[in-house]
This record gives sequence, structure tokens and C-alpha cells, in this order.
Amino acid sequence: MQFQFANQGLGWSDTYFLAQGVLNTIRLAVAATIVGTLAGIVLGWLRTVSVTVRFITAPFIDIVRSVPMIIQLILANSFLSLLGIGASPFLFGTVALSLWMSAVTAEVVRAGLLSVPLQYRKSARSLGMNGLQELVYISMPLAFRTALTPWIGLVLSLIKDSALAGVVGYVEYMRSTQILITRTHETWLLLMGAGLFYFIICYPVSRYSRRLERRIVV
Amino acid sequence: MIEIRNVRKTFGALTVLKGINLDVNKGELLCLIGASGSGKSTLLQCINGLEPIQGGEIVVDGVSVHDPKTNINTLRQKLGIVFQQYNAFPHLTALENVALAPRVVAKRSRKEARALALKHLEHVGLGSKADSLPSQMSGGQQQRLAIARALAMEPSYMLFDEVTSALDPELVGEVLETMRLLKREGMTMVVVTHDISFARESADRVAFLHQGEVCEIGTAGEVIDNPHKEQTQKFLRREKRQPLEVA
Amino acid sequence: MNGYQFYWSIVWDSLPLLLAGAWVTIQITVLAFVIGTLIAMPMAVARQRGEGWAYRFSTGWVELSRNTPAVFQLYIFYFGLGALHINIPSYAAVLLSVSFNNAGYMTEIFRGGLTAIPRQQMPAARSLGMTGPQSFIHVIFPQMFKVIFPAYVTQGIWGMLNTSLGMLVGLQELSGATQYAQSASFRTFEFFLATALIYYLIAKALQFSSQLVFRLIYRS
Repeated sequence: MQFQFANQGLGWSDTYFLAQGVLNTIRLAVAATIVGTLAGIVLGWLRTVSVTVRFITAPFIDIVRSVPMIIQLILANSFLSLLGIGASPFLFGTVALSLWMSAVTAEVVRAGLLSVPLQYRKSARSLGMNGLQELVYISMPLAFRTALTPWIGLVLSLIKDSALAGVVGYVEYMRSTQILITRTHETWLLLMGAGLFYFIICYPVSRYSRRLERRIVV
Repeated sequence: MIEIRNVRKTFGALTVLKGINLDVNKGELLCLIGASGSGKSTLLQCINGLEPIQGGEIVVDGVSVHDPKTNINTLRQKLGIVFQQYNAFPHLTALENVALAPRVVAKRSRKEARALALKHLEHVGLGSKADSLPSQMSGGQQQRLAIARALAMEPSYMLFDEVTSALDPELVGEVLETMRLLKREGMTMVVVTHDISFARESADRVAFLHQGEVCEIGTAGEVIDNPHKEQTQKFLRREKRQPLEVA
Repeated sequence: MNGYQFYWSIVWDSLPLLLAGAWVTIQITVLAFVIGTLIAMPMAVARQRGEGWAYRFSTGWVELSRNTPAVFQLYIFYFGLGALHINIPSYAAVLLSVSFNNAGYMTEIFRGGLTAIPRQQMPAARSLGMTGPQSFIHVIFPQMFKVIFPAYVTQGIWGMLNTSLGMLVGLQELSGATQYAQSASFRTFEFFLATALIYYLIAKALQFSSQLVFRLIYRS
């Protein structure tokens, strides 16, 4: 699949190449997080209030969670190409990861909303708030508290899954690592760099979210 | 004035209210007493429109509560309600709990709402707790907070749904004291309670509900000290055998 | 759709190839599930203890497996070991990396389950003369599995999804076999849609059979 250049050692120009990979990973993760989360909040809310929506969207949520991300990426790629929509690997990656993110976020949002005790909602309505005001000022903030930690976990999963976007031709950090390994055979150095990159992003966040979870329980 | 006309309420096959007729007059404190399951809490939630009814009508100051044309959210501002479980919103401080509805429902400015909230917190003796979260307050304090929150909408009527039942005995007094304060100030109140001694001492009128109907109604002296109906006598005998919650 | 004609019969013709791949997927899934479980049980106990070298070892494992991409873990086993002239087949590399990942996640799931078990259970078992390991095997773990069962099964399915990375190291599990089968025809969409369906069916089958096992074991 790849062109085999003459064996060259790692050079300073490769740092630029890797930095590009870092930026691409961040770009993809941020885009998919934002799109997926917003869509997931709307979907989760709709799934909470409407039985019809819950019924219609159940297969989507079920399938997204039972099919490997790598397959979802390939399907997004080939489907969008069939439709003739662009040929941007960034778009393919964002679509696939956002779809996944929206499905799993919807479930977290729904669980959060369902965890809001009825009595608070009744109190809010008794003060004259309408349904929307109750949602915005009472249910959403309370659901946010329960949903925050699991949502952070989803973002972490998304960052790690973005390492697969190489299969649709998107050169994020893992892909750039792999390209350099093929050329330089500096396997361990480059792999350690990749491991460190993801670890440095994910570890502090997961530590923080575990602390947060303990605090919220109180 | 609240007029309750022939109100029927069912949950599936279960009929909870079988045609209730009751008037609440301006400025009076009406106590609803009765065994659990007699329908008194349900009636209270129907007055507020939190529960739909299957027959009859409830009219508050000339406006029918369950008429689909009625703007229920506007009407509810007239009807403060306090529940058994103190439902202080856990994510908001005491002040924010009280200021929220004036701000978003009554469209007061942020500053006005704050001032109003502080006034009502001080009114129920929680001025010093304004910045506390509900989790940092006792049950009695939370219940007084719920009262202040309802009062901040400046309602014409206050509905109390067994507000002391979930409290530790030593915290009941402060909540009852707040309710007596409201009565002295002339608030119209409907109080569902198990506390017969509170009813005897504070109520202008007492209604005894039995199996979804108003069985007996009159002054506290008539209904509690001199009941005519057999069911009322039986209920009161049973209640008196239990240790009284002393205010 | 620019007049695109779906062409399913070629997928149908390749079905035996896909099913052979699915069989590899199931093998690795089950093996990695078992291996992960066996490693995670002692690691969870060590994590619970909160000190000592075993605690530090399992903590390191847990953090590494949870905070790096699964594909990175696979590359370590495949390309990393390869660079050290330890050439293991892609089958073994996928099995090891999915087991590694499973073990890390399961350790945390098990630890969560262990904290849910009343403290007196352990002294109660020991007071009957059981050794530490005996107490865990006969008293603690059976209770733990009941508590964590849903999360445990979810992790098993996650492991199954992770086996699809085999495609990246030339293993002909379900994804790899699909990649191979479609390369002659370029009917990518049809092939991978069929594969998605097979993954979905495997996931459902795993879920269903694990619920059956749960009911058999715990009679509930």
C-alpha cells in the first residue's frame, strides 16, 4: 500500500510531520466531540420525552455500539463517496466519529435526565415554570451533574478511536507514526512517542474525572 | 377564593376523589385531615393543576384550573405549594432557589429577584443561609427554604402538603412556627396535615376527608373536639392514641 | 447516487470467506475474554489492597490499557516485538493485545464489584478455615461477578470490537477477511455493510448467550 522510500533515519523535518499529526488528531477529536455531543444532547432529550423517537432511534444506537469503529469509518467513507460528497478524509472521520459520539452521548444524557427526581420537576412546575424552563433551569443542570463523568469517558474513547481514522486516509498522529516507522524503522522510539502522546492527553483527564465522580457523590 | 365543585379523580380503576365540594375563603386557614389514602394530598395537587381531574371543576379567583384555555403557568404563580419531601433544588444555593422563579417566570431583573429572595429568606429566618447549598442545611431549614421559594412568587394562596411528615421531630417546630407567622400575616392557606394539635390550634376550619369525600367540615372546635360523624370520631380516636408531635 | 448499482451477489459468493473470518473473530474474542478475566482477578485484588509492588504493577497496567488507543497496544505487540526480532504471528499479536486491553478494563470493573461486597464476608470465610485464595474463589468472586455482570459482558463485546484491528496487521479475522475479499471487486460499501451486520449478530449472540449463562449460574 505504501511507497517504500530508501531507508532514512529520523530527521528534524519529521518533527514537523508529527506536529501536523498532532494537530490533525486534535482537529478531528474536537470537531467530532462538538458535533457528536450537541447532536447527542438533542437526541437524548428527544429519546427521553418521546416514545416514538425512542422506538425509531433504538436500532441506530444499538448498531453503533455493536459494530467496530474501523468498520464504521470505512462505511462512512464509502457511503459518502458513493453519494459523491467530497473526498475529504477529515469529513469521513468526523462523520463516523460524530455519529458514534451522538449515539453514546444520547444514552448518557437520557440516563442523566431520567435520574432527575420527579419531585424537583413538580416543584419547578408548581412555581409556574413551563416545560422548557423546567428543562433548562432544573432538569438539565441536575442531569449534567450525573452525566459529566460518563461523558468525559466517552470523549476519552473518542480520542483513542480517532487513532483509527488512518484507515480512511486521514493522517492523524497514529498514522503519521506508522508512516515514519515504515520509512525509518525507528519502531520503538516512534511507538513510545505515540503512546506518550495519547497517555499525556488521556491520563490527566481520566484522573480528573474520577476525582470529580467522588466529589459529586457527596 | 378557591371553589372546588364536585371534583372526581381516578388513577386507573381506583377512584381517589369521589365528588369533592369545598370552598376556601380569602384569609382563612383550612386544614385537611384524614387517614392516608383519603385523597387529601391528591386534592391539593389538583388545586395546583399538577394532577389532572376526571370530573368537576376547580375555580381559583374565577379562573378554572383544568380548563385547557387557562394559562396554568400564570395561574400557578397565585398558588404556592410546599411538598412533604423538601424539594430544594440541590444544584442551587438557598438564594438562587428562591430567586429562580421570580427571574425566569415573573421576569424580574436579576437584581430585583435577588433582593426579593433575600427578603423572603429573612422572612422565614434563613437570612444567614442565603449562600448555603441545600445539602448544607437541615431538613427543617430546607423546608422553610421551600416555603420562602413559594412565597417569592407572591402567591395569593399557600398549599401545604404534609410539610412536617418527613422531618425529624425536633425540626417540626420551626416549620410550624413559620406557618403560624404566615397565618398572622393574613395568608390564605390550605394545609394537609396529620398534626391534629396544629389543626386544633391554628385552623379556622377543618375538613375531614374520608374515602375521597368531605365527611365533615366546620371549625376546629366542631370537627376535632365535637365530631358528629362516626368516621371522624374513629379517626380522631386512632390519631390520639399515637404520641403527639409536640411543636 | 449517480446511478450506482448495488451489487450484492458478489458478497454472497464471498460469504464462506467472511464466515471463516468471523470464526477467527469469535475465537479471539472468547480466548481474550478468558485470558483477560484470569489476569484481572488477581490484579483487582491487588488494586483493592492499595499498596505494594503488585498494586503498582496492576495500576500501571490499568492506566496504560485505558489511556492509550487499542491500536497502539496492538502495534506494540506486533511491530514493537517485531523490531526486537520477536516475530509473533498476527493472530497471537491480536490475541495478546486484546487480552491486555480486556485485563486492564476488567480489573477496574472487578475492583468496583469488590467494593460493593460487605466487608464482613472475608473474615466470615476465613473464620471457617478457608485460605485467602479459597475465600476469594468460593465466597468473594461469585458475589462480585453477580454485581458486575452487565459491565463485564459489555467489556467482552468491546473486546470483540477490538479484534477488528487485526485487519491492520494482516490477520484475516472478519474485518481482515472482508478487506481481502473486497479488494478484487472494490465493492467496499456492500462488503463492509454485510460485515457490519455480521458483527452486529455476533454482538447480539454474545449478549444473549451471556444472559443465558448468568441465569443458569445465578438461577435468577
